[in-house]
Formats: sequence, C-alpha cells, structure tokens
Amino acid sequence: MRHGFGAAFAVVMVLFSAALLAQTQRPVPFTETPPAPPLAADVTDDLRKIRSYPDQPPVIPHAIRDYQIDLNSNRCLTCHSRPYTEASQAPMISVTHYIDRDGQVLATVSPRRYFCTQCHIPQTNAKPMVENRFVDIDTILSRQPQPERR
Amino acid sequence: MALRDTALKFWRTLTSPARTLSLGFLTLGGFVSGVVFWGGFNTALEVTNTEQFCISCHEMRDNVYEELKRTVHFTNRSGVRATCPDCHVPHEWTHKIARKMQASKEVWGHLFGTINTRTKFEANRRELAEHEWARLKANNSLECRNCHSADSMDITKQGARAQRVHQQFLFTGQRTCIDCHKGIAHRLPDMTGVPPGWREAGAAQ
Repeated sequence: MRHGFGAAFAVVMVLFSAALLAQTQRPVPFTETPPAPPLAADVTDDLRKIRSYPDQPPVIPHAIRDYQIDLNSNRCLTCHSRPYTEASQAPMISVTHYIDRDGQVLATVSPRRYFCTQCHIPQTNAKPMVENRFVDIDTILSRQPQPERR
Repeated sequence: MALRDTALKFWRTLTSPARTLSLGFLTLGGFVSGVVFWGGFNTALEVTNTEQFCISCHEMRDNVYEELKRTVHFTNRSGVRATCPDCHVPHEWTHKIARKMQASKEVWGHLFGTINTRTKFEANRRELAEHEWARLKANNSLECRNCHSADSMDITKQGARAQRVHQQFLFTGQRTCIDCHKGIAHRLPDMTGVPPGWREAGAAQ
C-alpha cells in the first residue's frame, strides 16, 4: 500500500514537472497535440544569397520539389555540372566537388559530393524559432577595438 | 466434307434474300444492334481508359503509380489531377485506337511476366521510358499540350530560368516538352548518355 502511494506520488510529480517544463517551451501542455504549424513557402526568387562564411555550402534559391538524386539520375547536375553550365547559366559546382578525399582530382563529380542536398538546402520564408545571432568575420573585424577594463 | 457442306449452306443463307423477316425488322433491327454494338465497343474502350483499369495490374500499381503519387501531377494546390490515360493515351479517336492496338504488347508482357518483379521492372525501365520519350517526341508532346498550351503560358509568372528557356526553345519550336521535362511523373531510369534537353541553349545564343 505504501509502495503504491509512493509510486503514484512520484508519477504525479514527474507529470507535474514535465507539464511545467512543457508549458515553458510550448503554448500547449504536453498531454495535448498542438495543431501543426502551416508549412512555410519556398523561396524561389533565383537570387543568390550571401554566404555567412567562405566554406558555407550555398543555399538553393529555387524549387527542388521532385528532384531526383539517385544512382540513375541527378537532376541538379543536369544544370550545375561543368558540361551544362553554359546552356543553363547555372553556377558550376566548385572544383572541390571533383576531388576525392585522397586529394585526387577526378574527371567527374566525386561520389562523396554526389548527394547535393546533404549540404545544399533550399530556403523557406518560415520565421526562425530562435533569433540568429551569428555575426560574420568581416563584421567582427570592422568593430572598433574596445579598451580593456580591469 | 461435312464442314464444306456446312460452310456452303451458311454462305447460301447469307447471300439469299430473307424469306420470313420483314424489311422493316431487318433495317431497324440492324440499326438498333449497330447502336448497341458501337456503344458497347466505345464503353469497353473507355473502361480500359481509366486509372482503375491501369492499376488493376500490379506492375502498374506497385511501380509507376506509386511514383506518380508523389508528384505535382497527382496532388497540387488546385486539385487538378492527371490520371494515367491523360498522358499515355491520345484523346483523339483514331490515334487512341492505334495506341490501344500497340498496348496489346503490354497485355502480352503482363501474361508472360516481362516486368512482374521490381528487379525486372528496374532492368527494363530505360527501354520502357525510351518508348514513351519517342512517342511524345513524335507527336510533339501532344498529351502534355492537352493541358499545357504554349499560347496560354504566362511566362512573366515563371522563374527567370524557365522564361529564358521557354522563349528560346518552346516558342520557336526547336524543342518539345518531353525534351527537357523527362521523369516528371515517374522516376527516371539510368540516364547515362541522355543529355538534358537544354544542353545547347548557350551555344545557340
């Protein structure tokens, strides 16, 4: 009997704290399923976005719904691979994509770079859930050095 | 000998005038049965022209139909859906009959299990796709144009890339829809050696 009471008390406490925690993060308690937020629209303006740092994989400024990237076909490469960039006027995938992990330069895209959407992603107009406080290196360098306080 | 006699008797009956049936019965009866047979033929033809009929074979249901379900031709914001015959069967009667006769090969393939497993289907996918590419190329992408007309296309609503390529290739008749828009409703086969339709766009400028 005492066991049962203890267990019940523990369960109630866990539920209570979980509910409190959940309420601090989301507007509905964890026992309810909130309605899914509406899907954000794709950004498809074809305008290149600035990279936040030089090594950042550029984001995709067009729709890629139903793009097939598999053993049979790679839809991205029908525009972005070297032979087709004149026709498509799409930016060519960078030379790093032709180099395998041993530093060997290949004639075609390295298998480790084949699956474009592992690194490159389209953008949506969704409101960020948390504020992005990233500052790029140029901004940091241009800041006036603050006098040190001791 | 008996067979020859029977055939002769049948031929004589067929070529001699009717003795007991009236001319009215024969003409009206012929007309009515003509309507029934013709209607029945067209109804049967239309039954074979439905999505339900196409996916009654597992080859279609488990492979190409599953792939179609993910695409914009199956589900989209305005709720218009293209079913199998919209793209794969000409709407005009003569060409429809011609396509239906070609399709007897597909019945053969079904009966003999040419693509009755996923592996066999994948092995034949390039050949099957090439048949459809050749057909759409030959009829200037007629089935695409049943819905998508170049005249009613507002290119100002298109992306910059689509605007440029459509003006250069579609409006000048240099290319037809299928040249660039392959694999829009189903997964593509191994595309080795199949360059994209816009590969000469830059060279032509």
